[in-house]
Amino acid sequence: MRRGISAVAMAAAIVLGVTACGGSGSDNKSDKGAAAKDPAAVSGTITYWDTSDAKNEAPTYQALIKDFEAKYPHIKVNYQNVDFTTVEQKFKAAAQSGKGAPDVVRTDVGLIPEYASLHYIAPLDGTAALTDTQDFVAGPMNTTKYEGKTYGVPSVTDTLGLLYNKDIFAKAGITAPPATWDELIADSATIKAKVPGVAGTYVNPDSYFLFPLLFGEGADLADPAGKKVTINSPEAVKAVTEAKKVYDTSSLKVDFASAYDNMQTSFKTGKVAMLVQGPWSVGDDLTGSAFQGKEANLGYAPVPAGSTGKALAPTGGHDLAVYQGSKNLDAAYLFTQFMTSSASQQTIAQKNGTLPTRTSAYTAEVLKNQTIAGFKPIMDTARPRVALPQVGSLFTPLQQQYIKILQGKTSVQDGLNAAAQEFGKLLPGYTVQ
Amino acid sequence: MTTATVDEPAPGTAARPPREPRPGLMTSIRRSWDRHWYAWAMVAPVVIVLAVLVFYPLGYGTYLSLTNANETNVAKDIGPVHIGATYHWVGLHNYWQVLSGKDGDFYPRFEWTVVWTVACVAVTYAIGLAMAMLLNRKVRFRLFYRLCLILPWAVPAFIGVFAWRLMLNSQYGVFNDIITSFGLPAQDWLGTPLSQKIAVIMVNIWVGVPFMMVALLGGLQSIPGELYEAAEMDGATPLQRFTNVTVPGLRPVTSTVVLLSTVWTFNMFAIIYLLLGNNTTGDTDILVTYAYEKAFTGVSDYSAAATYGIVILLILVAFSTFYRRQLKSEQA
Repeated sequence: MRRGISAVAMAAAIVLGVTACGGSGSDNKSDKGAAAKDPAAVSGTITYWDTSDAKNEAPTYQALIKDFEAKYPHIKVNYQNVDFTTVEQKFKAAAQSGKGAPDVVRTDVGLIPEYASLHYIAPLDGTAALTDTQDFVAGPMNTTKYEGKTYGVPSVTDTLGLLYNKDIFAKAGITAPPATWDELIADSATIKAKVPGVAGTYVNPDSYFLFPLLFGEGADLADPAGKKVTINSPEAVKAVTEAKKVYDTSSLKVDFASAYDNMQTSFKTGKVAMLVQGPWSVGDDLTGSAFQGKEANLGYAPVPAGSTGKALAPTGGHDLAVYQGSKNLDAAYLFTQFMTSSASQQTIAQKNGTLPTRTSAYTAEVLKNQTIAGFKPIMDTARPRVALPQVGSLFTPLQQQYIKILQGKTSVQDGLNAAAQEFGKLLPGYTVQ
Repeated sequence: MTTATVDEPAPGTAARPPREPRPGLMTSIRRSWDRHWYAWAMVAPVVIVLAVLVFYPLGYGTYLSLTNANETNVAKDIGPVHIGATYHWVGLHNYWQVLSGKDGDFYPRFEWTVVWTVACVAVTYAIGLAMAMLLNRKVRFRLFYRLCLILPWAVPAFIGVFAWRLMLNSQYGVFNDIITSFGLPAQDWLGTPLSQKIAVIMVNIWVGVPFMMVALLGGLQSIPGELYEAAEMDGATPLQRFTNVTVPGLRPVTSTVVLLSTVWTFNMFAIIYLLLGNNTTGDTDILVTYAYEKAFTGVSDYSAAATYGIVILLILVAFSTFYRRQLKSEQA
């Protein structure tokens, strides 16, 4: 039976996730008031789940933890690196049962509403974790809010921008990156005509990469204030129609099974002139033949604007969140404070090239990093996604319909209507048009 | 009438009273315990393990499928915070949603699951049998061939599947490199739902053939050579020898491997998930991958996933029962 996942195993998996009732630790919660007076007296061990890249980024965090332990000698930090793609299920399973959950977890900004609505993470207003809040950039700070409370502290931020290959632009005689999607289509046509063997762009069929187009038309997945599903609104239809047009006219043929890898390979080897991508991809770009040793060849621009004239992209990045059931909340708060302080953020930015979330961390030293300098102006275009607990579930139906639309199996309107129906099932109380 | 109180009859007593009254249930259990307690003690670990690993989860899964449990309303123990369960009993509502086709997903997924299972099992069996027959002859380097053909089985499934994914890549894959070097146009092997379906079936056959081949080879070797000799003496053609000696001789092995293979393929999660990744239209999801999505994307829907799990289990139980009965009636 080595190959099958039987129904029984399935049920077992579900059950293991659900049960395992916790009987642990409701007794030794230390006194909050005492900690507020004297942080140096806080003691104990806390577990931190880091989701940064284990090879390239984690050493920076581990070094910071050493500093933290030196500053607070009574607190010991148990560092664990958890894979970014599996952390959501792992954390939720542990958090629900109260067993094996970390005290502090690095959390994708999109997951904050889900964790908060399930009561897994603690509100941080008025705790030691949140300090100098006015120093945080507004975009990342917004991602920590759920129903009026703050559930995370911004650690790193990112957004989508337009990365482009300056050599190819020069060969095609294009002087400035496209400011609108229609310009992107026109530029792609020029590149195709003047630079043989090079395509304008590579459309990423992941629905997250649809956000710049949706935002550019003023559309979104849903409207929580009006309790309405808006993914099939006329604006959204317009945005996806534009996406389909870019795909049909300007993109290299997309291999759906290996879209991300092929997109990266095509761009870094100079077969594609521009990409909608985030700062996390730059390190990989610089290993390719088009950019290796010539970092200056990589251009940074905001995503193209839609018909509203505004270039907008989703705010990404990571917040640090504290597990509500932590046995050592005070130490967890202090750790969160330390890791998100301006000094720590400067260290992380310089070592890892990720964008800090504090205004004061954008020092001259930090801005020497080309990626950070390139993306900093683009951060002005970032806006938060709709803060719904179910946002993770919404991506699947949208993704499936988006791919059907791109493959021409369904019309834009029909596809988005079908996605809206699925959204309606996932969002109780929401109206679907 | 005086009834003689029958004491424990000594084992091996030949003459029993013919009209001994039937002992009651408790008595018979007690007697069986008295006589076979060591047997019970021997099987106890197995019974306990089965209860913990199979019956309890199965029972709990069934229970969840009759409720509206999801991640927002199950009980949570978050350190000092305890949140009680607020889900409630909904009877057969979930099953009605699934089986009436109201959720809109069950029948399309079921249809594809059946097509996928039948296609995979039939082709895997045919190729496995053909290879087993080839390797059952006396050829040079037979051991070497056998080892080569078992290789896909020895490779962990996910590595094999990733290798296929790389080879099928439409831009950087080796298949397209080969056919374009002959001047043929590059193909988008995983580009449409139909081609994706063909690709996953192909890869699953690749993974499944070695097992089939080894099992059938064992079956072939257990057919006595005299039967073939006798058939040859009677002037049977190779085809006649195949249909009248090989096929009946393989029947016990065939029935087992087909049943096993059907159950495995029906629930073959890894291949589809790993070969196609996340960017699919959903048309290639079989029932198990669909149930997985319910349970493990976003806010988990335990009751719907459990319902799918139980429905899959019932389909397979029904199939196995029907299949065994059919075989028995054929043999009779």
